[in-house]
Amino acid sequence: MTTLSRRRFIHLLGATGGAAALGTLGLTLGGCSGKDGAGPRVVVVGGGFGGATCARYLRRFNPSIQVTLVERDARYVTCPFSNAVLGGLQDMASIERTYDALRTQHGINVLQGEVIAIDPAGKRVTLQNGNDLAYDRLVVSPGIDFRWDSVEGLDETTSDAIPHAWKAGTQTIALRSQLTAMADGGLVVIAPPDNPFRCPPGPYERASLIANYLKTHKPRSKLLILDAKDKFSKQGLFMQAWEQLYPGMIDWVKGSDGGRIERVDAATRTLYPEIGDPVTADVINFIPPQKAGAVVHTAGLVNADGWCPVDQRTFTSTLQPNIHVIGDASIAGKMPKSGFAANSQAKVCAAAVVSELAGNSMPNPSYVNTCYSLVAPDYGISVAAVYRLKDGNIVKVEGSGGVSPMDAPDEYRKNEARYARGWYQSITQDAFG
Amino acid sequence: MIESKTFSLGILIVLANGLLTMHQVQAEEISRATLLSISCAGCHGTDGKSPGSIPTIGGKSSDFIATALRQFSTGQRAGTVMGRHATGYTDEEIQLIADYFASR
Repeated sequence: MTTLSRRRFIHLLGATGGAAALGTLGLTLGGCSGKDGAGPRVVVVGGGFGGATCARYLRRFNPSIQVTLVERDARYVTCPFSNAVLGGLQDMASIERTYDALRTQHGINVLQGEVIAIDPAGKRVTLQNGNDLAYDRLVVSPGIDFRWDSVEGLDETTSDAIPHAWKAGTQTIALRSQLTAMADGGLVVIAPPDNPFRCPPGPYERASLIANYLKTHKPRSKLLILDAKDKFSKQGLFMQAWEQLYPGMIDWVKGSDGGRIERVDAATRTLYPEIGDPVTADVINFIPPQKAGAVVHTAGLVNADGWCPVDQRTFTSTLQPNIHVIGDASIAGKMPKSGFAANSQAKVCAAAVVSELAGNSMPNPSYVNTCYSLVAPDYGISVAAVYRLKDGNIVKVEGSGGVSPMDAPDEYRKNEARYARGWYQSITQDAFG
Repeated sequence: MIESKTFSLGILIVLANGLLTMHQVQAEEISRATLLSISCAGCHGTDGKSPGSIPTIGGKSSDFIATALRQFSTGQRAGTVMGRHATGYTDEEIQLIADYFASR
């Protein structure tokens, strides 16, 4: 009789593909939901940095879990480095990611479709094509949506004339086209929203890389930032760099000095600030105020402010059972709304889901954020922090974190620009495989 | 005869796999070291294997990683963003992270 060595036996086991084979035989995984002859089913809604990472790490932590990722688009266009596309430093293809690796290498059932309803009591989601998906746990990572009604004259259709480009894709192309079509000597206005919003340093990186383009191709042009806020992320570093790299080109007006816009006329590309004269520009990038992504609003997952309150240890919704919300849509203590934060939260959430389904307790989580901004192709700056849970809230570890130093040598800025690109390669691979 | 034997072996393997998987689902806990370390992958790559300009840390010796983190933490080692990260962990946590990536 043939005997199998332990190593050979384990090797053979690996080759049979555990969960799929179990499903075929109608076996159940006792004690971990085990309905209908299948292992625990986790549905992840939204295939951005949060959703993709969560789907992948759920499978890494426990390959027997059946993970279905529902994403509206066939490809994901990353917001990180979309400002480099706007500045003409790279093309759209370089910021597109597919779901092929998640599908073929990581055992995730990726469905292209839109979730139109969530039924927390019945533990099912409904897709626009009418299909239903049952889940044991649901993870929602819907990103952001815009508050179109917050500024007079603004609605979804005005984003053709005055693109937001705050979800990367066709909007990025629209804004880039306007910039390339603009004559030398034109005025570009960027209007960033009040807090909280996706990617706090993003508007200022955008201003930098557009200025870099203008300086090279349309040097008589100006860039005006009409800000709803009185201060912004990495402000000292950005302003020091602007003075050095783009002297006289970028003006920033803070909210209380007339930066706040109360009315928009998209047809004439005119902005009406609360204080001072209207501003007519050749290109306007109006970034509207934001709220959690669409799907959560009809599912009873948002608070009065339009964001999703969660248990910040597990990202379980405090409003609905068996549902977790991660990424920009969630209220995650002191963490910013960034792709990196979503990636970090997704892993904590995956660990929480896997632990709960197995009846285990999860050790205390640790969270991280690291955001690089390019001010020029070879000039990078960063902000970083390590976070822990304190009295139920995610807070910065005292003494950790911070931004790049002021007055750093060129070599330091050059290294951070290089690391920014390495960061992008790592995080997109970590999320999308 | 041979076919039947192969089939039985197949069933046995599938069943055993099921039992192992069940065991894994019920018993395997996610360690503190794992929870501390996975956030590093955002920059250093999954399992610390970096595809780009950020150094790979997966598979480096525990001593190498722990020493680097401790020196970043005290400022003894110059870097860019790592000093701001390393100060977020206790000495014991640094050891857990170093051991985790050494085992990747």
